[in-house]
Amino acid sequence: MHYGRGARAVQAVDRVDLSIDRGEVVAVVGPSGCGKSSLMRLVSGLAPVSSGRLTVEGREVRGPVKSVGMAFQNSNLLPWRSALDNVLLPLEIVEPYRSSMRKERGAYRDKALRLLESVGLAGFTGKHPWELSGGMQQRTSICRALIHEPEILLLDEPFGALDAFTREELWCALRDLQAERGVTVMLVTHDLREAVFLSDTVYVMSNRPGRIVLRREVDLPRPRDLEITYTPEFSAIVHELRVRIGGVRH
Amino acid sequence: MDRRALAINVLAPVAFTVAMFVVWEIVCKALKIPITFLPAPTDIWAALVKFWDPIVDNSIQTLWTTVAGFLIATVFGLLLGIAVGWHKAIYAGLYPVLIGFNSIPKVAVVPVLILWFGIGTVPAILTAFLISFFPIVVNVATGLATTEPELEDVLRALGASKLDVMRKVGIPRSLPYFFGSLKVAITLAFVGSVVSETVGANKGIGYLMLSAQANFQVPLVFAGLIALAVLGIVLYAITAAIEARFTGWAFRGQVHA
Repeated sequence: MHYGRGARAVQAVDRVDLSIDRGEVVAVVGPSGCGKSSLMRLVSGLAPVSSGRLTVEGREVRGPVKSVGMAFQNSNLLPWRSALDNVLLPLEIVEPYRSSMRKERGAYRDKALRLLESVGLAGFTGKHPWELSGGMQQRTSICRALIHEPEILLLDEPFGALDAFTREELWCALRDLQAERGVTVMLVTHDLREAVFLSDTVYVMSNRPGRIVLRREVDLPRPRDLEITYTPEFSAIVHELRVRIGGVRH
Repeated sequence: MDRRALAINVLAPVAFTVAMFVVWEIVCKALKIPITFLPAPTDIWAALVKFWDPIVDNSIQTLWTTVAGFLIATVFGLLLGIAVGWHKAIYAGLYPVLIGFNSIPKVAVVPVLILWFGIGTVPAILTAFLISFFPIVVNVATGLATTEPELEDVLRALGASKLDVMRKVGIPRSLPYFFGSLKVAITLAFVGSVVSETVGANKGIGYLMLSAQANFQVPLVFAGLIALAVLGIVLYAITAAIEARFTGWAFRGQVHA
């Protein structure tokens, strides 16, 4: 994948070869600027593929993919909408919800309310984004990414802007949502503990142009509790990844 | 509203206004300024009372030409602003034309309008429209142009069309700019209709002031000015209230302060 044209083009991602199974949680880690986010934009269809093949559900990606839900480092909530209305937004865009929005509005509202309740936002559904804490905004953003029941959830450093405690809280929220729905998750992050705690497989990317230099399966048993992050097995995997990334930088 | 807020928001403007008129009155009386040069507020008040009916009559004329021109400008400005913000080519093509047009002093256009439509209501409405649509166009286009690409990405990732992105993000995002520009536009529209009335009209506050001046009825000229000021404040307050009603989210700092 390239950005720009001609001599000024920057190659962001090169020869990235990875496949994700249905229901799997995959984390992509790597140094800053290694093309993690570019990879995400490719998979979501926001950026075009310049060479190679990218398929989602067996179909080649040529534009935005509806079976994908996305959340970013910034919650990117629309400030003029309440949390509930923000979560309802994808249903106003994506078929088949879009055409039945008028008729089924009540049912969709209930669905969004249940989803927000499941991440602990029951009392905040009518609040506007600026009335919510950073963690609440991010929960809302993840709910918005899930409301249209996508097959794949793409998370681009979703917890990067949060404090350590809130971040761990949201790990658990995401873990429970994923376990309940069996959604496939692709998580881009530079927090190795986050990657190991949440995912089944971790891919390490190199500096630009980003390549995959390590594929590491995380064989820790599920369901995982935060306690697991203090075990030697957990630390060993984190350390292994860290060493590999440290090697990449030099 | 607590007592402190009441004092600041209600009493302060009243006190300043009263003080201004009192000083004006004292200066006029103390320096014995002739009434034909600068009438004292009491003289103006007397003229207001004496000519109340024609003042109200002409105020209504000015008010409705202003509002009509303003409403046309609002619809036209909003549509043109969206068009300019829609595509770079439209922006590049229209912008120089718009700036060129806006640079023409509108008082210079009034004779042309009178030539086309005759003396009366139509030139006043059109002048109000021509003078007030530009800030609306510029503000709506700016609002659209400064929409965060991340917000658009949220919709584009869902497969939203350009129209969807405009409806769900672009337009709501630029509403504070739009309503902000309405406050500027309403005062400009007011200027436009009065300018048109003073150049050539048979009705309206501008016309009233012009004929009062011709007859050396200076207190009546000033009474017209006062009427204009009052109308201007009322129109501004109405648009400001509409703005606060529709774009409260953009002023959250004040709401929660």
